[in-house]
Amino acid sequence: MTQRLVTTDVLVIGGGLAGERAAIEAAAAGHDAIILSLVPPRRSHSCAAQGGMQAALANCVKAEGDSPTVHFLDTVRGSDWGADQEVANIFADEAVVAVRELAHYGVPWTRVRGGRNRYFIKGEDVEVDEALENDGLIMHRDFGGTAKWRACYAAAGTGHAALYAVDSEVVRLGVTVRDRAEAVALIHDGVRCLGAVVRCLRSGSHYAVMAKATVIATGGYGRIYGQYTSNATINEGTGAAIALDTGVVPLGNMEAVQFHPTTLSPSGILVTEGCRGDGGYLLDGKGRRFMVEREPGKQELASRDVVSRHMAQVMRDGDGVDSPYGPHLWLDIRHLGEEHLRTKLLEVWDICRDFVGINPAEELIPVRPTQHYSMGGVRVNKDGQAYGLAGLFAVGEAACWDMHGFNRLGGNSLSETIVSGRVVGRRAAEYASGTPLRGSTSDAFDALARSEKKAADWLARDGSGPNVYEIRDAMGEIMMHKVGIFRNGGELAEAVAGLGRLLDDCDNAVLRCREPGVNPELAFALRLKGMLRLAMTVARGALARTESRGAHFRSDYPLRNDRDWLNRTLVRWAENDGEPAFSYEPVGLIDLPPGDRGYGADERIEMTEPVDSYNGGVAENQARHGRLPTAEAMGSRLRRGAWQEVAG
Amino acid sequence: MGDDRARRRLTFEIFRFNPEDPESVPHTDTFELDETEFMTLFIALNRIRETQDPGLQFDFACRSAICGSCGMMVNGRPALACRTLTSDLPGKIVLYPLPAFKLVGDLSVDTGTWFRAMSGRTEAWIHEHKPFDPDAVEDRMSDDLAAAIYEGDRCIECGCCVASCGVANLDETFLAGAGLNRVARFMMDPRDSRSGAEWFDIVAGDEGVFGCLGMMACADVCPKELPLLEVYAYLRRKALGARFVKARES
Repeated sequence: MTQRLVTTDVLVIGGGLAGERAAIEAAAAGHDAIILSLVPPRRSHSCAAQGGMQAALANCVKAEGDSPTVHFLDTVRGSDWGADQEVANIFADEAVVAVRELAHYGVPWTRVRGGRNRYFIKGEDVEVDEALENDGLIMHRDFGGTAKWRACYAAAGTGHAALYAVDSEVVRLGVTVRDRAEAVALIHDGVRCLGAVVRCLRSGSHYAVMAKATVIATGGYGRIYGQYTSNATINEGTGAAIALDTGVVPLGNMEAVQFHPTTLSPSGILVTEGCRGDGGYLLDGKGRRFMVEREPGKQELASRDVVSRHMAQVMRDGDGVDSPYGPHLWLDIRHLGEEHLRTKLLEVWDICRDFVGINPAEELIPVRPTQHYSMGGVRVNKDGQAYGLAGLFAVGEAACWDMHGFNRLGGNSLSETIVSGRVVGRRAAEYASGTPLRGSTSDAFDALARSEKKAADWLARDGSGPNVYEIRDAMGEIMMHKVGIFRNGGELAEAVAGLGRLLDDCDNAVLRCREPGVNPELAFALRLKGMLRLAMTVARGALARTESRGAHFRSDYPLRNDRDWLNRTLVRWAENDGEPAFSYEPVGLIDLPPGDRGYGADERIEMTEPVDSYNGGVAENQARHGRLPTAEAMGSRLRRGAWQEVAG
Repeated sequence: MGDDRARRRLTFEIFRFNPEDPESVPHTDTFELDETEFMTLFIALNRIRETQDPGLQFDFACRSAICGSCGMMVNGRPALACRTLTSDLPGKIVLYPLPAFKLVGDLSVDTGTWFRAMSGRTEAWIHEHKPFDPDAVEDRMSDDLAAAIYEGDRCIECGCCVASCGVANLDETFLAGAGLNRVARFMMDPRDSRSGAEWFDIVAGDEGVFGCLGMMACADVCPKELPLLEVYAYLRRKALGARFVKARES
């Protein structure tokens, strides 16, 4: 018999890297913490991150001159100026500490080998002497959109190694982990978050957890793209969906969806950017390195939005490779040699063998861009405190913190999990220290009854309605083909209409399984409406944003428009309201003025408002949109003008 | 895969039992499915659930052989279902849950509880020499040693070795391949401060390396091809060394 009501100090929803790192802060502060996880934490999707974690340690020759300031610059340019620059600064500063802390936790980072090394750089086989005094420090590899080699890595299993090390700390600290547990609703009074209603995925029963502070760490919402995603089956955006349901917490920049250039065709399994970082090429159907001509500067290592668009265009132009599953392109890492592939890129070797039956030392890898990362999520301030609901925090991919803006750089998300886990975990712990357990048990039991009724309603609905899996597949087709890499007003309007019909279908859908227990069909059905609602916020946000910025590309509005759209999309949509409500806030204080990224498009519509005037309105405007006060004043972590010394 | 095989009609015999349903009794159900090109058990099982039996329970997450969720008995052998191609199997495919773990339902087992308990018993975390100093440069480590530790760190805790182990199936406290590998991984890590005598208590009992009967099915079924034979030899050698140290100290 499951307990109906559980209390704790800090409730963390999600057992990936960000959630676990936040729980460590809570436990270290002496709080009782509970982690809810759909799966045993070590199976969270953090484990699938391969290539690296960005941190400006500047340990190898190709990283000389790197610093958090250069990292900040790369991150803001990568975001196409959509990022909150103060958050990007906090991130770049603390990533250095976070990576070293992981070394302390036991991550076996690949290390610098002092002396003669051979690297592949822009198609050249070069010899580089690493300084002997740097021997044994954490090594870096090259990644897209960065001025320096900065990605710290453990072969191609960086996420796995980091997750196991962080989970070891969770075990050491004795943090309670409830695996096979899903938060299905937030408990709140419209002003404060009081915890969450949980469905046990062993028994199918519901219970309530009341907490002083609640942290959403449920990762991205890639599965709204159906099968067209590199994400795990568990990345269904449940945390963002239950925050949206409250009607008071906005989601930020939902239309900012990243497509990774190299996922296996047709399965969509990720092949790390580290392949290109280590010197791999992209080839078209005729064996040509098309990126050299299209991006002479960065070549294969432009940012992901830019590379994915070039790839999609090459395939549109008929220069791809035809297959029964549609066109693809090739990733060529043969020249890196078997020894390199079986050590530094071992996981890629395994994936090629297991899923396409090829030897990447001798054969080309079939790849194409696929949905990969959710820049959007629960909108939070720099402390990770959600807009609109005190005591609710969000971290990692589930959050829109917002250091990624409209395009995340490779390797920045893995760092973000740990950095935001540290920063936000500490703030959540402070919040829990300063507040009693609020709310009455009737708040919890009312929310619990509502969730139980939803499950009962699904089971009671009879007749011959639509099937939940067909609705899911139809959603995926709409999202990939009408809200994908290239977008336009006509197709986006069709997507909005189509998703509206699917929402109606969802209300009439009928289950075929009535078995007691978890009932896998019911478990999915309970998420489906939330997924459709997230998909709708993505499609509507994309339709409304009549410009192109980062991963959001409008063929009918191909220019970035800093005059009208240097802002962040916010959307609120209470569970029973008919229409989502959109509004727009400034991206944050601007230190690095909008300019050229150094890759991708070189034309844009310039900002007309002076930066000082823009900055003058940020605090008041964001507060009006629900931003809650922060521990330190806005701008306290911005090192104004520091970038001028390193900008190249 | 040839055209003939792509057109096969596959027969699946799948173990069924729902412990939450008082009416449920353990049995097997049979399903038929047309084979398609590059079909994995991930694709096949989802297709069965979505078109034939919506109550069928199984676990997948990453579907790329990285997360370790989908270990199950495939024609009598523990394997990761997501990376098992039906084209590598005969036309009749028999699927059972992994033994040695508590059943959640059908093909789904509770590996999380087993592994967390193992981590707790072996204290599978770095026992630090000194607290973390956020202002200090990281301690150095040779790249070769980092690679060796990484090799031990590659275990994905899928439970295939545990399921294949004659000892672990009888004794739930036996560390089995995954547990012994985990101990060796920390033992070789100079960041861990534990002494020989402390390690001796963890690995030298019946739950540890000397409880192993040496049948080595674990090494045959490990999807990550971890060098378990070498791991056990390393542990025996270390345990023996530690025993002499312990004898001298006492």
